[in-house]
Amino acid sequence: MPHRIEVGIKPGFRDARGESIRDQIAEDLAIKVEEIHVFDVYTIDAQLSRAELERIRTELFTDAVIEHSTIDAPLPNDFDFAIEVGFLPGVTDNIGKSATEGIQDTLGRPLTDRERAYKSTLYTVRGVSHETSDQIARNLLANGLIERWSILSETKFAATKGEGVLGVPTVQDVSDATVAEIDLEVADDTLIALSRDNTLALELDEMKAIQGYYRDTKTRVKREALGLPTCATDIELEILAQTWSEHCKHKIFAANIAYQDEHGNARAISGLFKTFVKATTDIVNERVNWLVSVFHDNAGLIRFDDDWLFALKAETHNSPSALDPYGGALTGIVGCNRDIMGAGLGCKCIFNTDVFCFAPPDYAAEIPERLMHPRRVLRGVHRGVKDGGNQSGIPDVNGAFVFHERFLGKPLVFCGTGGLIPKTVAGRPSHEKGARPGDRIVMCGGRIGKDGIHGATFSSEELHEGSPATAVQIGDPITQKKMADFLLEARDLGLFTSITDNGAGGLSSSIGEMAETPSGAEIHLDRAPLKYAGLAPWEIFLSEAQERMSLAVAPHQVGALMALANRREVEATDLGEFTDSGRLDCYYDGALIGSLDMEFLHDGVPTMELKTVWNPPEPTPDIEVIEDDWTTALQRVLGTYNVCSKENFVRMYDHEVLAQSVLKQFQGEENDGPGDAAVIRPVPGSNRGVAVACGIAPKYSDLDAYAMMACAIDEAVRNLTCVGGAIGTIAGLDNFCWPDPIQSDKTPDGEYKLAQLVRCCEALHETCVAYDIPLISGKDSMKNDYKIGDRKISIPPTVLFTAVAILDDVRLSVSMDAKRPGDAVYVLGETLCELGGSEFALVYDHKGGTAPTVDTTANRALYQRLNNAITNKLVASCHDCSDGGLAVALAETAFAGGLGMNVDVSSFNLTPAATLFSESQGRFVVTVSPDRQSAFEEAIGGSPYFHVGTVTESPRFEVSAPEGAVINADIFDLKLAWQAPLQW
Amino acid sequence: MSIDVLVLAGFGINCEAETAHAFSRVGGTPRIVHLNDLIAEPTILESVQILAVPGGFSFGDDVSSGRILANRLRYRLAEPLDRFVQAGNLAIGICNGFQVLVKMGLLPQLSGEMRQEVTLTHNDSGRFEDRWVHLVRDSKTPCVWLDGIDILELPIRHGEGKFLAPDGEHLTQLQEAGCLALRYADKNGAPAAGHYPENPNGSMDDIAGLCNPTGRIFGLMPHPEAFVDRTHHPQWTRQSLPEEGAGLAIFRNAVKHAGQR
Repeated sequence: MPHRIEVGIKPGFRDARGESIRDQIAEDLAIKVEEIHVFDVYTIDAQLSRAELERIRTELFTDAVIEHSTIDAPLPNDFDFAIEVGFLPGVTDNIGKSATEGIQDTLGRPLTDRERAYKSTLYTVRGVSHETSDQIARNLLANGLIERWSILSETKFAATKGEGVLGVPTVQDVSDATVAEIDLEVADDTLIALSRDNTLALELDEMKAIQGYYRDTKTRVKREALGLPTCATDIELEILAQTWSEHCKHKIFAANIAYQDEHGNARAISGLFKTFVKATTDIVNERVNWLVSVFHDNAGLIRFDDDWLFALKAETHNSPSALDPYGGALTGIVGCNRDIMGAGLGCKCIFNTDVFCFAPPDYAAEIPERLMHPRRVLRGVHRGVKDGGNQSGIPDVNGAFVFHERFLGKPLVFCGTGGLIPKTVAGRPSHEKGARPGDRIVMCGGRIGKDGIHGATFSSEELHEGSPATAVQIGDPITQKKMADFLLEARDLGLFTSITDNGAGGLSSSIGEMAETPSGAEIHLDRAPLKYAGLAPWEIFLSEAQERMSLAVAPHQVGALMALANRREVEATDLGEFTDSGRLDCYYDGALIGSLDMEFLHDGVPTMELKTVWNPPEPTPDIEVIEDDWTTALQRVLGTYNVCSKENFVRMYDHEVLAQSVLKQFQGEENDGPGDAAVIRPVPGSNRGVAVACGIAPKYSDLDAYAMMACAIDEAVRNLTCVGGAIGTIAGLDNFCWPDPIQSDKTPDGEYKLAQLVRCCEALHETCVAYDIPLISGKDSMKNDYKIGDRKISIPPTVLFTAVAILDDVRLSVSMDAKRPGDAVYVLGETLCELGGSEFALVYDHKGGTAPTVDTTANRALYQRLNNAITNKLVASCHDCSDGGLAVALAETAFAGGLGMNVDVSSFNLTPAATLFSESQGRFVVTVSPDRQSAFEEAIGGSPYFHVGTVTESPRFEVSAPEGAVINADIFDLKLAWQAPLQW
Repeated sequence: MSIDVLVLAGFGINCEAETAHAFSRVGGTPRIVHLNDLIAEPTILESVQILAVPGGFSFGDDVSSGRILANRLRYRLAEPLDRFVQAGNLAIGICNGFQVLVKMGLLPQLSGEMRQEVTLTHNDSGRFEDRWVHLVRDSKTPCVWLDGIDILELPIRHGEGKFLAPDGEHLTQLQEAGCLALRYADKNGAPAAGHYPENPNGSMDDIAGLCNPTGRIFGLMPHPEAFVDRTHHPQWTRQSLPEEGAGLAIFRNAVKHAGQR
């Protein structure tokens, strides 16, 4: 019989978790709970004696100083309802897993394979009804996709006598090991139904290509010889669907597009990736000498110094985060970490970045079916990334929160990671790898369960009624951390020849890709370690259960690798071998259950043929505002969700672990001013550094997708320039998130969205080439739509541009805060009337106007001059002028420094609104010590600069704008307006 | 004489590299050792003079922070650790390492027995936070790690750093034994008096760090290994600071003290 241990805070001690949840319920659900207490419950499904139970209760589960606990008896009393939340069967239970280890340590004996502990949480509430308790459970405490809950009154709870009501979450849903055969000799509509019903996400012409493969005489002869049926087996079809998924194959970026621009000029684009992304890197590679490995590995690698290489990757995890914000985001960040752990021969992760796009947290309209309130999504996503990064010991150094109503349909969760690897490991260049025929296939890390099956194909579709709940999974950072430590040791001992991560598509993807080099693999799926019995062979191969990496290991090193894994308590399993057979062969219990031609698998997918015409939207008039209180206008712009401080959330990330931090997210007198780019110094003893920044501007998409892309790049480059990054040392990474751009019944405006995509790619290419930025890695996510019933929500086309610059000397970096009274204030760059999509337009609810354009020639010259001034120590502070415009950048500079500012921009030949709030690109606010002003002006001369005022001791922020407009405010009031909105 | 330092690693400890680096900067010879390698060969402890349990998230902080690692050390290495301490060697636990030393009963060890006497629990804010704090040394503490340090700034990065003694009487005993080594303070070095964020977690009596009655075993929530260079400080671009970060003095004290024995 399972036993139950309940643990709570002793009366008289503060229940901080309870208080925090009570506050959250009040803020998010507007429900007032008189009192709420939290109890940890461990259900232990194991044969234990009473003495053993007592021992684990006292020594493992209870902190005698502040906690009390019971075994098989109810602990809490004096409440109205007890809400207990536990995981559904099969869902990753990290605490339960650690508790199981702790029990074995405490008892000094192993438990059997089936004996384990499960964690659930008990909340006792007072002052609410049963119905309200259920609402709290449903909307805040639990997610029905992964968790279940019960609600009992105090009497009923006492009557359970500590047996609990949730029971043990053992997996009942069992598939058998039989392999199904699927007849593809069927009508076209049956093929389409087959694809949709099985979440294959394949289009008709792709299904027909597969049909053609099986029809081919060569295939038939081969299959007969191998003893395989003429029909496809389930595992073969699943492997093809995964490998050919939009998520893995990027078919839209590979498509042939017949494009016609707004002037009627036709252009045949043979692949957006080849034409715009790869071409950028090829051109810039002629100008810089530090690219090492781009596009063909898990992450791009560039030279850091003579001894080290630097790796960068960013990924999205949008679809899973829509269904389970916490688990989706957690898997997003630890998954991106694995890309870095699998780059070259395996990098060490040295930082994370995170950028989230949500609907505004005060969204008041009805929430469509299967979606969650943006506030809940924000909290869950943030908590997932926080736990993933913090528990892995990887600092989160840079990011953004971006808000737009249409992110209600799908939140965007971008997770980035940087890594470092010695140039040479175990005597070999660390960026070269490759499995060889005869190498063993070794999987290490976590076990395989039904979690995450169909993740790759599910995220290649819009979110619909049938989107599978199994695609959701929860990461296990500690299992991954153990594996990460182990892999670095194994790498330095030269124990493997190739490494890649198991992400989307699981083993099917990792083995399929690794097998390309030797040209074949033979895998035995019955040898794979499972979390629980009852997975069909194809499920084992496709499962996206987390925390797993695949290695190619020379046969003579398998013993040493396994011994090391054993010492580090990391599970590693030999699943088969790489071959040169030209085929991917899958076995189960010794029988061949699937075999695919490698060439067909990787190259057989038909190239899409698309066409589109760019019809620009009708230009709309610029915003005209009658306003006489510009101080209030500034406070309102400072308080928009895009501009306001995110410090409360950012402080919950560990941004200093690894002790590399040079410029942190928040800077200035009170460490609360908004930094532009992060700077880290990753190699102790060296002053070289990495600056990390991001740019993202979906607010311009509806006006001009070209501007959206160019502005995102310009913002990232400006951020790097602020802290001392130089043109010529910057590398970029593009993450596209698009609504479905394929014309169809469900996407009648597909052609327009495709034209937007082409324009965006043109901007990416032209801007990066102008700034000498090679694209070293990237990703695209193309189906960011929601459609259930008549309700369709498509996200605004969005590209996150992540950029890094390698710095010669981090000690020359500059922060954004005003430093001393008397310093001169400069505005660099031209201000134009570009209020379209601005925060100011958002505040005044204006949709049209002109989006900013990026003058790359002028900007490049300015950035180089400013870099020269910074490296010559002529600049006291430098702040990027972006969201919110000049008034915001000036105010942030002032209040971050705890100083006032006296500024006169009345001679700007613009309206007050445009002067103060236009979001023209290529601008900075800089403060300069009076004794360096002439040298500074000489360094910048040739680019537009405006000496507009002075930093003052008195904490007043005073601005004279054109037409007699003025701002006159206390800096602390401005700071408060900026901090207030996300203070929860 | 070489001062050898064992820096523990594995199972979610994640500050071992920078902790080892801090010791090497002040003349120590650090060696990063995986817990399982130490369990397999406990005699390694006999060849070192200093033991460091770095920060991190051992076992994910599951069940309670530091608990599972503390139990593993207690069950598997109690005797070698006891001999190590009795021999007059030094030990430090930082952040999660501090939680481990407290929960395994190595700190404050007022009773002389290895059992948990006080605790570190959830911050009053209910959340993990990364922020810099001011700290002052208790003038009467025998803590050798804090020799000559009056006030310093370090980052805290934790969700469970609230120090609690079972009662006021126990706290008085700790004070009398000099165990209350380090406190959160305001900018001027005055006691934080429980005010957030100067006292970032609600610790009783503003306690940030404890030592045992000999002053040789020390644990603290803030991270001294994260302030070894001027550029670690959040305001290095505003203030004139020495090249060396203030956290390094703690490691230097230990290496110096171990060398004098």
